[in-house]
Amino acid sequence: MSDCDCQKDRGTVKVVNGRYKPSGKFHFPQPNTPIRNEQGVLLGITNPRDIVHMHSYGGEAIFFESLGKGKLMASRCDNADCETTGSIYMPFRIHCPDCLFKNTVVDITDRAKANSIVHSFMITERTGAFNTLPTPIKFVNIEFDGVCTILMGALVRGEPSIGMKVVPIFKTQNPEYIITDMLWVADGTPATDLPEGYSF
Amino acid sequence: MITFSDKQLKTPKMQRPVYLVTGGMSKFARAFPDKRTEELVIDAMTEAAEFINMTPAQLKKYIHTCYYGHFADHFGDQLLGESVIHDRLGLDPLGNIGVKTGGATGGSTLWEAYKTVASGYSDCTLAMGWERMDEVPTDEGNNYISFAADKDWETPMGHIYTGYYAVMAQKYWQVFGKEEDSFRRTMAEIAVKNRGYARMNPHAQGPMKITVEDVINSPVVAYPLLALDCCLMSVGAACGILADEKTAYEMTDNPLRIDIGAGSHTLRVADRRNMEIPLLPNETKDQYADLAQRFPGSDRYPGFTGFLAARVAAHYAYNMTGIKDPTEDMDLVELHDAFTISDIQTYEDIGIRPYGEGRTYVESGDCYHTNPNTGQPGKLPANLSGGLIGNMHSVGATGIMQVLEVGHHIWNRWAEMHGDEEKWARFDRQKPEDWIDLQVKGAKRGLAISHAGVGSHVTCTILQDPKHVLPGGMFDE
Ligand SMILES: [Zn+2]
Repeated sequence: MSDCDCQKDRGTVKVVNGRYKPSGKFHFPQPNTPIRNEQGVLLGITNPRDIVHMHSYGGEAIFFESLGKGKLMASRCDNADCETTGSIYMPFRIHCPDCLFKNTVVDITDRAKANSIVHSFMITERTGAFNTLPTPIKFVNIEFDGVCTILMGALVRGEPSIGMKVVPIFKTQNPEYIITDMLWVADGTPATDLPEGYSF
Repeated sequence: MITFSDKQLKTPKMQRPVYLVTGGMSKFARAFPDKRTEELVIDAMTEAAEFINMTPAQLKKYIHTCYYGHFADHFGDQLLGESVIHDRLGLDPLGNIGVKTGGATGGSTLWEAYKTVASGYSDCTLAMGWERMDEVPTDEGNNYISFAADKDWETPMGHIYTGYYAVMAQKYWQVFGKEEDSFRRTMAEIAVKNRGYARMNPHAQGPMKITVEDVINSPVVAYPLLALDCCLMSVGAACGILADEKTAYEMTDNPLRIDIGAGSHTLRVADRRNMEIPLLPNETKDQYADLAQRFPGSDRYPGFTGFLAARVAAHYAYNMTGIKDPTEDMDLVELHDAFTISDIQTYEDIGIRPYGEGRTYVESGDCYHTNPNTGQPGKLPANLSGGLIGNMHSVGATGIMQVLEVGHHIWNRWAEMHGDEEKWARFDRQKPEDWIDLQVKGAKRGLAISHAGVGSHVTCTILQDPKHVLPGGMFDE
């Protein structure tokens, strides 16, 4: 089957009555092929296949849903009896890691736009299969005011350095509901220079 | 600031001493297109039996419970791969279980086997580890490894674990290395040293005779990490046999005392929160009072520059065995040199050097078999096996390989296990003309660190000659 046929027929999933309901085609069988050495002796076989997982975001769904709306949602422990009460988490944690109470969802979009600083970074040409980011990938780890953790992201405009100020951008057109719906650019990047589909 | 309770940090007290009786390894290579995993595992098991003059069938009669370590089912495309191996080793109907802690899988497999003997459940256990990383194309392999990071928050970014890891190297390089050429050369020295020692090891996949300049001129992988700063990706197997005292001395005249501690930290580096530096027995709080002045940017602990899991594993293991100062109390170490810079970070985490001063372990020459500055034996030789950089990183086997390599020195059988012409020929490898015996003379005690990913799991294994056990351990009351 050709690639375009695969894309046309590719299946989707809904939840109905609390159950996953897949519809359309998910599996496109491909033949196995022999692996031989220079002498033509059979050593093994290829096992190609196409697999789809159906994955729940659970209590993090609000975070991934919000990215496409241009919002960065963090979470905060509001349990007055917790030894780390008031801690704000980004990455978003559904439950406080200390008291295990359910955290409160808090919007830190303005805070992130005003003061996000690079804690460390890394530039690499290497990627794994299925990578969607432009190469070289510029990983940046981001400190936010008043947040006790350091988020990892990818910088797509500007050259990273420790201490630099960066700004989040969001895939508000055709969001994919994954972490790359939020990327980072150097402070001062003009709106006209953002990747397609992304906005401040 | 997060804190830990006394109950959480209490020193483990085992029910009885545990011994490493024997162990064995396969050849390590990037790929074995002509061998199934079970063939490599049987090679390791056979070497373990021969090491104590038994047949595999005789050795198997002693085994009561089995622990199997391999990191990634994905790579072998086989769930319950442990059961396949258990059957092929002919060890049914013994109880067995799989262990998975990323890069620390080998160490964790030994940890489980150790606790099982210490508790009295078994008198003899098998810890067998392997990895099969050659059966997918490299980019698909990178994708699989990236699923050991957080599937939702990290993996979609590049599907490349190196990127999630190397941000820590960047921070250490800038804060503690101060981006100095001299530090860059110190990193490179580790790469030269470990590949050089690998030349003396017939099992090793990556022996190289190279210079510091060769390392510095190698391609950038993720700056400051260059191609020759990075460890190997390997296929192979290694196993250890553990027993209680009575059984151990039935099996051999020379078992070694073994003790293991373990620690953990967040799977995502992003989730690390600040804390005070937990101190090891050879440290004081005062010595770190001015750390942030001496190294601007080091005000967060562990931040991105320390591995809390390694520090905690060392905390347990040192207190279990009475270690006060690893450099004084140990004769050699095998560390998890996934990258040259993480090797330096580990020197600090386990107290070989204080935080900020890891580089001096290399620069002093202490980490060499023969100190290049003095021509005398190194104070605490590191990674004489070649380590992950020169020997192998066949993930589930790595932590077991390290412990066996330390053991060979304490057993005073290093030359026999690494110099045997027949082994070099069997592995189809050329023994170098300038092969030298790296036996650490009079080695009594050693340490091995097995480490996962960005520091999610670490084990610290201590091996001791039973005639030279340190005072002050958990059995001294
Ligand atoms: Zn809480």
